[in-house]
Amino acid sequence: MGVQPLMRIENLVKHFHVRLGAFGERAATVHALDNITFDILEGETLSLVGESGCGKSTTGFTLLNLHRATEGKVIYQGKNIVELDEKAMRPYRRQLQIVFQDPYSTLNPRMTIGEAVGEPILFHKLATKAELKDRIATLLADVGLPPRFASRYPHELSGGQRQRVAIARALACQPKFIVCDEAISALDVSVQAQIINLLLDLQQKYGLTYLFIAHDLAVVRHISDRVGVMYLGRLAELATREELFEHPLHPYTKALLSAVPEADPAHERSRQRQILQGDVPSPLSPPSGCRFHTRCPIAMDVCSKAVPEWREARPGHMVACHAVTEGLSG
Amino acid sequence: MMMANNIRPEPPAKTGERLLDVRGLTIEIETRSGPATIVDGIDLHVDKGETLGIVGESGCGKSLTMLSMMRLLPNKIKVTKGEANFAGRDLQKMSNSDLRKVRGGDVGFIFQDPMTSLNPVMRIGQQLAEPLIYHRGMSKADARKRAGELLKLVGIPGAEDRLDAYPHELSGGMRQRVMIAIGLACNPQLLIADEPTTALDVTIQAQIVDLVKDLRDKLGMSVVWITHDLALIAGLVDRINVLYAGTVVEDAPVDALFANPSHPYTQGLLASIPKLSDERSTRLSSIGGTPPEPGRRPKGCPFAPRCPLAEAICHERVPSLEGLGQNGAHRVACFVAQRKLEAA
Repeated sequence: MGVQPLMRIENLVKHFHVRLGAFGERAATVHALDNITFDILEGETLSLVGESGCGKSTTGFTLLNLHRATEGKVIYQGKNIVELDEKAMRPYRRQLQIVFQDPYSTLNPRMTIGEAVGEPILFHKLATKAELKDRIATLLADVGLPPRFASRYPHELSGGQRQRVAIARALACQPKFIVCDEAISALDVSVQAQIINLLLDLQQKYGLTYLFIAHDLAVVRHISDRVGVMYLGRLAELATREELFEHPLHPYTKALLSAVPEADPAHERSRQRQILQGDVPSPLSPPSGCRFHTRCPIAMDVCSKAVPEWREARPGHMVACHAVTEGLSG
Repeated sequence: MMMANNIRPEPPAKTGERLLDVRGLTIEIETRSGPATIVDGIDLHVDKGETLGIVGESGCGKSLTMLSMMRLLPNKIKVTKGEANFAGRDLQKMSNSDLRKVRGGDVGFIFQDPMTSLNPVMRIGQQLAEPLIYHRGMSKADARKRAGELLKLVGIPGAEDRLDAYPHELSGGMRQRVMIAIGLACNPQLLIADEPTTALDVTIQAQIVDLVKDLRDKLGMSVVWITHDLALIAGLVDRINVLYAGTVVEDAPVDALFANPSHPYTQGLLASIPKLSDERSTRLSSIGGTPPEPGRRPKGCPFAPRCPLAEAICHERVPSLEGLGQNGAHRVACFVAQRKLEAA
């Protein structure tokens, strides 16, 4: 794993303007991302975890310039790519790919698998028409599918096979970086393990960097080098996998980890969970100060007033929490 | 290990008395190329006070089995064989009006998606009161009072004020709590929970699992919890049935199942869950291939085409569920596992 950052995300902000009410008479702003700063290192798997609506998918979309950032920078190869227009973005599009959650809706039902995988190759002129067939066969082999699948249609494939095709399509562009947006969440356990293995193999073979967006912490723990925890549009904590799972600092991370079930009956029966009260507040009107203070078991006065600073609490271990800063937690 | 938690009441006593007994249930779906078997002669039972976990991947028939018992199947899907006895009466032979008294009365349901299971244009107080008025003959005023108590029971803050709320005004976790309250409204003897936490976030999921556990212990009912997540129910259930392609392949007390999984499919499922102790990027063991589609069931053991241990006999004959060991509480449908035990 290289230590060079592949991508630097600086103070990224994303607001969505929505209209509420039966006739859209009320304008409102969804604070989806608020001042996110982190690096993605070359060759690593960085995971983003958090509950629905925490902004993890929005982060993936915004840093690929699929959503327009409201503020902030995403530096890739010396360029702030979030200010590029669609045309200037095109050379980067090839290198920056995404695999989505739902393999049923991401493939065009009227295109054969071969056409779906071949399309980006022709678009980016990565092979001539004569070479195309071989290239498609190689890509299908890479994702563990026999070449005869090239003439099949998506409806003939199982969920796991479709997700393999989606991965082959991303690989077709010879990317450097792939955002896996809940790419394995819709799959059955036994198939999920197959796809995780495939992603790990491909990373080794092609030196890929992954931003892995997921809510299943057991999977994240298995595949990540570093893990970032998000809550309501902000990063709460980011550290190496060992640091985060063994020495979590942020009270939200601790609660999240204690909610993950383990496949061990005796342990599960005797374990004392730290169960969070209530639900995640609405991103339409996020709480003041630290956004977690309404559910935090150790919230102090300052937490509802000031936004905690995003700082390095231990080497390489970033956290945003007043209690950690004051040495009250950890 | 089994330390009694001070806050929690003791789990209900297990009497060994059958509450639900399903025998040889076969379910078929009509397809263009004729009927296809989805559930193949399934046997399962739940004792009074027992919590049973039913585990399997999508399409294994775990939800259909439960729906078919209550005769809630869609048109093209039919029970062709078998019986389902609840408290000594065959649900398949019961008249519609008798069955209606069982559904939502003695048997409560919680479904996966509270957004589609709740009526969006009815206040939640009314939805809670409905079964109480219908099954228990309560007056409107009494039912409303009881509805408020039920919301309090499932931990909804400001319960009485929430009675007049509509489902869309509640969060996903709150809606699932309302579903649970409706399922519990008539003090059922059996609660069937069909993937009740799948749509929820992990912290909310933990809240719901703990809630059902508490309520079960408080109210002394039996629970069937259907899920694809073995880890989730590890601390909740007494016994687990593992389903594959419409048959029970393993039936075991929860500790025995995790300590000594005997069917190759159960072993594969457990091995494909990432463990805390794994090094990063170690390859997960996975089960090759995919489950058979209805109508294309292989001859012999349905798992044989994917099974690493399959032998000639596995492709020829269907193994029956046989008890392992002395008391036979741990049962497995696998020729290889059964022979191994005989040899030992």
